[in-house]
Amino acid sequence: MSSISNTFTTIITAISTDMFSYAFMQHAFIAATITAVVSGIVGYFLVMRAQTFAGHALSHIGFAGATGAGLIGVSPLWGLVVFSVAAGILMGLLGERISNRDVAIGMTLALALGFGLLFLHYYTAFATQATAVLFGNVLAVDRATILVLLMLAVVTLVILGAIMRPLIFSSLQPELAEAKGVPMRLVATVFLGVVGLAVSECAQIVGVLLVFTLMVGPPAAAQRLTGGLWSGLLVSAALALVEVWLGLVVAFYTDWPVSFCIAILSAFIYLVAVLRSISNASRSVRLADA
Amino acid sequence: MNVIEFDSVTLAVGERIVLAEASFTIGQGEFIGVLGPNGAGKTTLMRAILGLLRPRSGSIKVFGRQPERGNSLIGYMPQVRTVIPELHMRGMDFIAASLHGERWGVPHVRPGDRKLIDSTLSDIGARHLADRPLSEMSGGERQRLLLAQALLGRPQLLVLDEPLISLDARHQEVAIDVVRNVCRDLKITVLFSAHELNQLMGSIDRVLYLGNGRAVLGHPDEVVTGPILSKLYGTDIQVIRAEGHVFVMSRGRDVEHIEHLHNDHHGHQH
Repeated sequence: MSSISNTFTTIITAISTDMFSYAFMQHAFIAATITAVVSGIVGYFLVMRAQTFAGHALSHIGFAGATGAGLIGVSPLWGLVVFSVAAGILMGLLGERISNRDVAIGMTLALALGFGLLFLHYYTAFATQATAVLFGNVLAVDRATILVLLMLAVVTLVILGAIMRPLIFSSLQPELAEAKGVPMRLVATVFLGVVGLAVSECAQIVGVLLVFTLMVGPPAAAQRLTGGLWSGLLVSAALALVEVWLGLVVAFYTDWPVSFCIAILSAFIYLVAVLRSISNASRSVRLADA
Repeated sequence: MNVIEFDSVTLAVGERIVLAEASFTIGQGEFIGVLGPNGAGKTTLMRAILGLLRPRSGSIKVFGRQPERGNSLIGYMPQVRTVIPELHMRGMDFIAASLHGERWGVPHVRPGDRKLIDSTLSDIGARHLADRPLSEMSGGERQRLLLAQALLGRPQLLVLDEPLISLDARHQEVAIDVVRNVCRDLKITVLFSAHELNQLMGSIDRVLYLGNGRAVLGHPDEVVTGPILSKLYGTDIQVIRAEGHVFVMSRGRDVEHIEHLHNDHHGHQH
């Protein structure tokens, strides 16, 4: 038993000395950790409110922002932040009419990608960075970006904390929440702004096209595995962390893209959670029958 | 004191007039059955009482004041219950989320709140639902959970929109009993909308029958009559009473039964 744990410790030590001798891997781990926590927590509410498609659209609108920022010589990260937050707030203000309408969101999303392409067309030097925005480039994160990510993460979680109680109430029981005086429109709008922030951070790691891997996969798995709010949030953040950490390790040794490794892990963990809850459900049915 | 006063109130949803110039008053501790055909405005009337819909004209007074959202004297159980079925949240957490759910900040359940939820669940014989995940509850169990939630914080007025939908016959009786007892013991006024009059007959004090833009409030024997219901339904209605049961018939068919079947189409999930 102790030999197994010794071997395990040796492997971990070997991996970490090996990997962390590179500054870019250190940076990648720190950035991925910050982002995973934010994505896991914000994504939990996105899944609870069944607004994952809206989250997906915000990231695509962010893509237009990122390439547009490149065009006027601003950092793509800020373009991403400004566009997705603005789009989130606008979506919230328009209300139910838009935020739960697949077609309207799908059209906006496609339009935003189109504009993103146009901006790329006129700023060809940015083209190499386009892949980074679309699929993420966590290995290129520098110290300054980490600082910005950390700051954004704090802002995101503080705002989310401020609206959390009415957000949960209005997500679970909208009719009752409205009758009890919850400012529904305000809560929904602020939340979509928060999602815009989280999406911008998430896109730094896995890219705008793969934000689902961290913002939907872990929370959806967590909701199948847990029954409480805090345990759900904790498990969601923890799963996101496991996915980015393991993803980075696998990518380091295989030379596969990090985002691919995270995507695979995210899908795998979600699948395991679904199978587990299905088998639990059938067991409780058998118990009820007995 | 009058709990609810309607003074020539007109309610409209968009351009459609749901209720025209309705006047009635409901006193403290009354158990009122709210009946009427589909689309007669039962839910609209309740939304107006809750302050979610302003009357187009006339005045509504609830506890002597204009209805306002967030009145803690009112316990409400909405009809469209968008409880996410695959949610693995425990009953206790679900209810706790609604308690003080309108306040800002991070949620936390105080021990006192937990005790309050526990005792309210026990009151209606649903204590075991506190630890069960919503995803494993039947439609009837969820209903009881929501009823307990509406009773939290000792409201003076209970507004229950179709609380019997998706309950089986036995649980329907239990639900009516629970509400009637609460109404009598705590002198709470109850508005209880339903599809079938017969289940409520022995329990309600008065019936508020809606239809065709009108509202008639009175003892079931006075209101549920051929002439009055014919006006409310806008068609020729016969009322047949037999062995304590009331049958509301239109051209030889049981109107309530037809309504009920129609509603099962989208309301039943037992």
